[in-house]
Amino acid sequence: MNDTICAISTALGVGAISIIRVSGPEAISIVNKVFKGKDLNKVDSHTINYGYIIDKNKIIDEVLVSIMKAPKTYTKEDVVEINSHGGISSTNKVLEILLCNGCRLAEAGEFTKRAFLNGRIDLIQAEAVSDLISSTTDASRELSLNQIGGKLSKIIKNLRQEILEVLANIEVNIDYPEYEDAVLVTVDILKEKIKIIEKKLKEILDTAKDGKLIQEGIKVALIGRPNVGKSSLLNKLIEEDKAIVTDIAGTTRDIVEGSISLKGIKFRFIDTAGIRDTSDKVEKIGVEKSINTINDADLVIVVLNGTEKLTLEDKKILESVKSKKSLIFINKNDKKLNIDLKNTIDVIYGNTINEDGIDNLKEKLIEMFNLGSLNLNDFTYISNARQIALLKGAKKLIESIKEQIENEMPVDLIEIDLKRIYDVLGEITGETYQDELIDELFKNFCLGK
Amino acid sequence: MYDVIVVGGGHAGCEASYACSKLKKKTLLISANIKNIADMPCNPSIGGTAKGIVVREIDALGGIMGKVADKTHLQIKMLNSKKGPAVRSLRAQADKVEYPKAMLNILKSQKYLEIKEAMVEGLDVKNKKIEGVILENGEIIKSKCVILTTGTYLKSQILVGDTKTPSGPHGENFSKNLSDKLRNLGFEIQRLKTGTPPRIDKRTVNLKELQEEKGDNKYYTFSFDNEPSYDLDKQISCYLVYTNEKTHKIIKENLDKSSMYGGYVEGVGPRYCPSIEDKIVRFQDKERHQLFLEPETVSNDEWYLQGFSTSMPKDVQERMVHSLKGFEKAKINKYAYAIEYDAINPLQIKSSLETKIITNLFTAGQINGTSGYEEAAAQGLMAGINACLKIDSKEPLVLKRNEAYIGVLIDDLVTKGTKEPYRLLTSRAEYRLLLRGDNADLRLRKYGYEIGLIDQKQYDNLIEKEKNINYVINLLKTTNLKLNEETKKIFTQNNIEIPNRSESLSKLLKRPEINIKFLKNFCSLDYNEEILEQVEIAIKYEGYIEKTKKEVERLISLENKKIPKDIDYDKVGNLATEALEKLKKVNPTTIAQATRISGVNPSDIAVLSVYLKKEYGKNE
Repeated sequence: MNDTICAISTALGVGAISIIRVSGPEAISIVNKVFKGKDLNKVDSHTINYGYIIDKNKIIDEVLVSIMKAPKTYTKEDVVEINSHGGISSTNKVLEILLCNGCRLAEAGEFTKRAFLNGRIDLIQAEAVSDLISSTTDASRELSLNQIGGKLSKIIKNLRQEILEVLANIEVNIDYPEYEDAVLVTVDILKEKIKIIEKKLKEILDTAKDGKLIQEGIKVALIGRPNVGKSSLLNKLIEEDKAIVTDIAGTTRDIVEGSISLKGIKFRFIDTAGIRDTSDKVEKIGVEKSINTINDADLVIVVLNGTEKLTLEDKKILESVKSKKSLIFINKNDKKLNIDLKNTIDVIYGNTINEDGIDNLKEKLIEMFNLGSLNLNDFTYISNARQIALLKGAKKLIESIKEQIENEMPVDLIEIDLKRIYDVLGEITGETYQDELIDELFKNFCLGK
Repeated sequence: MYDVIVVGGGHAGCEASYACSKLKKKTLLISANIKNIADMPCNPSIGGTAKGIVVREIDALGGIMGKVADKTHLQIKMLNSKKGPAVRSLRAQADKVEYPKAMLNILKSQKYLEIKEAMVEGLDVKNKKIEGVILENGEIIKSKCVILTTGTYLKSQILVGDTKTPSGPHGENFSKNLSDKLRNLGFEIQRLKTGTPPRIDKRTVNLKELQEEKGDNKYYTFSFDNEPSYDLDKQISCYLVYTNEKTHKIIKENLDKSSMYGGYVEGVGPRYCPSIEDKIVRFQDKERHQLFLEPETVSNDEWYLQGFSTSMPKDVQERMVHSLKGFEKAKINKYAYAIEYDAINPLQIKSSLETKIITNLFTAGQINGTSGYEEAAAQGLMAGINACLKIDSKEPLVLKRNEAYIGVLIDDLVTKGTKEPYRLLTSRAEYRLLLRGDNADLRLRKYGYEIGLIDQKQYDNLIEKEKNINYVINLLKTTNLKLNEETKKIFTQNNIEIPNRSESLSKLLKRPEINIKFLKNFCSLDYNEEILEQVEIAIKYEGYIEKTKKEVERLISLENKKIPKDIDYDKVGNLATEALEKLKKVNPTTIAQATRISGVNPSDIAVLSVYLKKEYGKNE
């Protein structure tokens, strides 16, 4: 980490300006070499300086350069940010000049990694930054911002403290068995404490589910026989023509997806290949993929052709989603309906020609995921798969503790599990050291902040 | 020319000189006063929570503390007997006249050991290597290794109220210059403090007012080789007494007269062993505190008032003692006092207990900042073993945290250092379910045998024991309970629910209401209690033992990530300032050890790991 890294930290080609970030011991001197304006080595920290980026005396771009000296910067190293004029070619040229003058191109997530390694942010915060970069809706962005603030860290730290107090009491009982000064933690007392800890863990985990929705969005699979209008429905829902629509059954052979934001939550719609027995090899692979998509979707919309009676294949499809959260969209209601569906799950009628029923469908989605009641103002949700897995691990340990209390295990043995919960919670906030954790973590970072 | 010189004849010095001489190294034990060898200047007990397990570990490795304690105690108890197997620990009231006598006899019979009465005031050091010691009279005695076990005898001062007297315990002579010599050699010297309560003439106490605390009604020994040699019914009781309102009032009124609160103490005392005035100041809402009146010896009537350590002046001590119920006419034989002494910073020693600064110089016991006879003895034994290994150019024996409390103790000292006298606690051990008192032999005897402190017969016994344990575990796992009228009847007779199907005896044993003796009804278990106990623990707590072993695996993987000796932490870059300082000071040998240093955070470890990978390739 002794070298100086740089990267373009805004999306290429979008927006009026681009920011190129440089971090490391030589950040200021390298930029100064290619900057025409004030001597950047002499300006105060946290100032913005007007000038030009030059290459062999030729002006490349008119820029504003922010100088931020260590340690009060994002990475705790010297940081320079160059605001250039958004065009792809000039931004790339500036980057190229920096690389020629001693910078190294940053790896994915490297700025945040440095911030973490230099002790600027804790693990939850680091993960939240990773989420922030990839977050696409307002709600998820807000959630990420809240985690950076450390609100979640605080809740977990409080719970850890509570556990620590129980642990300490048990330890005193062991080390000073003849002293009456400390209350003896009996199985009954432990039971009560475990109840409280379990409740708090559950609260965090419950919000975790909502957090996951906010962060990762809701995955909706559109399934049905070939040519019932799945692709058309997708195009209408996302209001653009993403899927190829033809009259020929079996046109969609791969997975096509698109997303919209409803109440701040991202819905990812996935158009699947129509499910039917087929001898076409390519189509067959598509059908298999469809079945996999159904398995990991949060919701399945079964699309049926309203002008026809239910076929054997329709019935098979309806049977296969029985255990999933699902609803039925009966398409083509602009024509004569012949469908003989018995009142089963939620049904929406509509068509993709005059777009009848599309808004009903969206409202139904909001209702099904209870988004009206989702508290978007209190974003202390756990939202990351690693964190959720750790919390679930902690919850499992609670189950083990309860079981062992029934088995009349001595308190000092049950304490082993309680200690583990303490450690697991520490892993979420990064307070216990675990070797693989950091490597695993930074794999998930994208370029820049 | 000696192989090893041991300076100091306390509990560390005794184990060190025993181990070295037993390993046929020409050893000299220098004591300031031979009659104080194996002295117990403070509490008259050996063992206690965690410490009792350490005594067993010492015995497993081939040390002698447990063997001597078994022969000379007045009472013995298994602490935490109602809790899980991991935290049970023996404690004996030792006879403080008989214990030192027995110890001295053993030492005197060691063929390779000489004992000399003298005061060591200097070290003979050339090129950062020890060559011998210098006595008070200037005489130089040469040796290959030196082990310092000086206890509280470095620049000691006794404090009673506002009086401060340069003196060792019992008014003994002390070393005036040795700690300065150590400082000149580059050692950081710290001042520590400890205290001891008054001794009472038992004949002047009305014991009827006190609550009697008897020894256990079951035979125990510390040593794995000893048979019990005491009479259960002839154990001497301890007595429980409480402080009261009157006691507290006297203390509060005279607080400024105590050495501690009067500002006469510079040394740092232990938090876990506070003086009575400390307890009263810090826990204002407690109406009473427990005290124990404990026998010190059968030879006289001097009893120890545990929990009443104080640095009050003598007249206040009189009034404090007389305020206790039953002590109205009590006679104080020896007043309580605090003692200050010099110790080195244990961060300056290696895991082998050899100092980092001077080659072949070892330190053990209170000089390393610990407190307690057992902690001292354990270090003395390890220093002795490692001095011998060093002479033979062999790798040192370093016990890991998952192998022994002794490993935890030494690793804590050399990794974390200590600001107060360090006492072992069960809570310091992460893997205590593995570090039980009952399995110390199974954990450590093999090491003792390899080194030469455990003989062939002891070793054969161990192997036989291991074999039997494994056999019985396997037997219970493979034998199914046959459910028939006869066996069902046994359950009913014992008021135990009949299992609804035939299952293995080991599964049955996991039920809380069933113990291994009950299983004798269904299969032949003709083994001694020790073996059956091991089997029962292994099966009943199997789940937790497995969990702990998993955690050990994680430790071992970090333990295997070695940090090169020549690492230059200044070159690592991006380490937090505190972490950089600590890493330089401790110089950890593995990543695992680095994670345990306070002030070194996960991000520092990450930085360090990345650096090691980059600089030294795969750091496995």
